[in-house]
Amino acid sequence: MAAELHVELVAADRSVWSGEANLVVARTTSGDIGVMPGHQPLLGVLESGPVTIRTSDGGTVVAAVHGGFISFADDKLSLLAEIAELADEIDVQRAERALERAKSDTDAASERRAEVRLRAVAVR
Amino acid sequence: MGAQLRVYKRRIRSVTATKKITKAMEMIAASRIVKAQRQVAASTPYATELTRAVTAVATGSTTKHPLTTEAETPGRAAILLITSDRGLAGGYSSNAIKAAERLTERLRGEGKEVVTYVIGRKGVAYYGFRERKIEDSWTGFTDSPTYEDAKRAAAPLIEAVTQETAAGGVDELHIVYTEFVSMMTQNPVDNRMLPLSLDATKEEGGKGEILPLFDFEPSAEDVLDALLPRYVESRIYNALLQAAASEHAARRRAMKSATDNAGELIKTLSRLANAARQAEITQEISEIVGGASALADATAGSDK
Repeated sequence: MAAELHVELVAADRSVWSGEANLVVARTTSGDIGVMPGHQPLLGVLESGPVTIRTSDGGTVVAAVHGGFISFADDKLSLLAEIAELADEIDVQRAERALERAKSDTDAASERRAEVRLRAVAVR
Repeated sequence: MGAQLRVYKRRIRSVTATKKITKAMEMIAASRIVKAQRQVAASTPYATELTRAVTAVATGSTTKHPLTTEAETPGRAAILLITSDRGLAGGYSSNAIKAAERLTERLRGEGKEVVTYVIGRKGVAYYGFRERKIEDSWTGFTDSPTYEDAKRAAAPLIEAVTQETAAGGVDELHIVYTEFVSMMTQNPVDNRMLPLSLDATKEEGGKGEILPLFDFEPSAEDVLDALLPRYVESRIYNALLQAAASEHAARRRAMKSATDNAGELIKTLSRLANAARQAEITQEISEIVGGASALADATAGSDK
């Protein structure tokens, strides 16, 4: 059996998801990065974007992460984000409305947040 | 009813009403402590992971960053004081303020200029009344602070730290808040947040474990640049949550003693009221008896 890595996805005010996984793909400031068990210790800055976690039981967990860090050592991976939501938790209609509103207000930050949410849902 | 008895009755009524209010406040505070404690617990994983990461970068690289290096001659220090918005919490706010005053004194003694940032209306009122300068203040969220609030408070502080001292920046950043130890114990503490002292972060996060050599993405400097503001925010957030839990605990204790006191007062007052009622009855009886015997004496006299 392939080695596993333990993933902790934590937001500032709660622990969002934790479990075992085979692969984690996240977007850092210098490009997408995929982490598998046995990866070199890593500490990176995350871009806002969807994070894909392939769990060891064959499932896929997608989360929208708004800024934060990825840190990996000893087959333990932590994703730290100020705001993180699982794709299942995202209310698509609300995100779409937020996107519309942000576009009309030209609020770049919240437009980006809404876009990331929708992308995460699309990946799911 | 006699005048004295009426006064007692009225006081008993008013104290009973007060007791009801304080009892309700006590129970509300008690239920909120649990919620606040849960929030503290929920924010802990983020804080510990972040502390670990900061320790890893700071020890694992030779990067020099304004937020981790001590100034050779620190000239200005910022203090962030966390108090409450509302009173009726016993000595909660004044204890925190006293701790801040002590720290200010100490820093001044070391020849540093102190700038104060205040969270909570009580602290703002204290400094406002004494006409002391507050650099910036935030109010309205000490009951249940959110991460957004912490970010709002952290932003000017981080800016001040990154600025040169001559340009109005600060060299050190201290935070004064009330640490939540248990339901019964809350201590006002002062911590130096920046520059980071690595021993302190090691104690909190690493617990002596040897950290691996990290690969930094994109680079150690960039990671540190991004990490430190988040670290400050998370520390402030944690302090805010602990302060909120402490505030509720302090309020519960204050309201409990107020309720007990009111109960005691009601007991004493009803004893006095009973005595007054009995005295009144006794007096009435003796008046009646006196009147009757006087009447009997008068009629007996007229018969003769």
